[in-house]
Amino acid sequence: MVKEVERAGIPVVHICTVVPISLTVGANRIVPAIAIPYPLGNPALDKKDEKTLRRKIVEKSLQALTTEVEGQTVFED
Amino acid sequence: MSKKRVVHYINQFFAGIGGEEKADIKPEVREGVVGPGMAINTALKEEAEIVATVICGDSYFNENVEVAQKEILDMIKQYKPDLFIAGPAFNAGRYGVACGTITKAVQDELGIPVVTGMYIENPGADMFKKSVYIVETGNSAATMRAAVPAMVNLALKLLKGEEVGSPEEDKYISRGIRKNYFAEERGSKRAVDMLIKKLKGEDFVTEYPMPDFDRVEPNPAVKDLSKAKIALVTSGGIVPKGNPDRVESSSASKYGKYDIANFQELTEADHETAHGGYDPVYANEDPDRVLPVDVLRDLEKEGAIGELHRYFYTTVGNGTSVASSKAFASEFAKELIADGVEAVILTST
Repeated sequence: MVKEVERAGIPVVHICTVVPISLTVGANRIVPAIAIPYPLGNPALDKKDEKTLRRKIVEKSLQALTTEVEGQTVFED
Repeated sequence: MSKKRVVHYINQFFAGIGGEEKADIKPEVREGVVGPGMAINTALKEEAEIVATVICGDSYFNENVEVAQKEILDMIKQYKPDLFIAGPAFNAGRYGVACGTITKAVQDELGIPVVTGMYIENPGADMFKKSVYIVETGNSAATMRAAVPAMVNLALKLLKGEEVGSPEEDKYISRGIRKNYFAEERGSKRAVDMLIKKLKGEDFVTEYPMPDFDRVEPNPAVKDLSKAKIALVTSGGIVPKGNPDRVESSSASKYGKYDIANFQELTEADHETAHGGYDPVYANEDPDRVLPVDVLRDLEKEGAIGELHRYFYTTVGNGTSVASSKAFASEFAKELIADGVEAVILTST
């Protein structure tokens, strides 16, 4: 799906836990996530800290969308 | 002659430990056969036998690749195997990646023959087909009976040092290795024959298939986020509570498009996941953990982004075919463009 959205001409960022799969599939802007059942969360944290964590990942993905890339790029911390 | 020693790798599901709720179990080793190892052992006959089975949860492996790989390698080494078999993983993505990773590690570190099996669309197949022998299986465990003999046949060939045939002959996924052989007719004649068939519109088999690099160039970056309309898309199966369109929990045949204009966040009262390929407890408790509507609303209010698009698109990425996913996305991407969406955040579990 990532590739088809990109092909249609819309910049897209893929937030996912298993980065190697995203690389194989062909996403260009990749932001690593936390875990498979909760990519943008962590049930071990309290609600406030969890939302801060989620916000960090979303901000990272917005940063990825505003960054010019040549080929596949993983936006690590 | 004593039987050769085989170690087998399977996931928590095939070990009968549990489904997604157990996908985070750490590696463990058991003496002898477990689950599908029984059929493999029978097919190995007098030649070899499974002396131990390593079991690991699919999520644990994929979330801790380096640690898990080391733990598993140490377990395998103890049993001094002559051969290592993993899976088959069919179309289970995380299981396929685990089988590919661990077979490659065993091959590299222990220098013994390795075989695994998976469906051609398993992401593990593309990642590891060049490194290890991956027998091509069907897309579900219903094809186990065809998968086992093919895997064992290839494994025994490797074990005995016999020559491995072509991918078609020995039913493995092409590794892209070229092998010289003597053809009966010379190249010029074969080329002309092929050309004539092509001109007549007949079927012909190329001798040099072009690799299929389906890559898409990245689009230019978004210039001004504070004016951009951003849409959310997910393969994590988030749907309105009750799953009104009945998006399937695996091998999804459809996607959903849902209005979130009136939602400041997603909660267990209004949304849930339809995905059958991961433990749904956390996503059901707080769907924002998969589809971050709450944070994007905050960013919208703060003016960091122009607008969160009123619809999100969703499907279940669990054994769903590449062809279906492509078709879904090329269809909804047109709508996104028509709606003036300038960027997409796509989340996967």
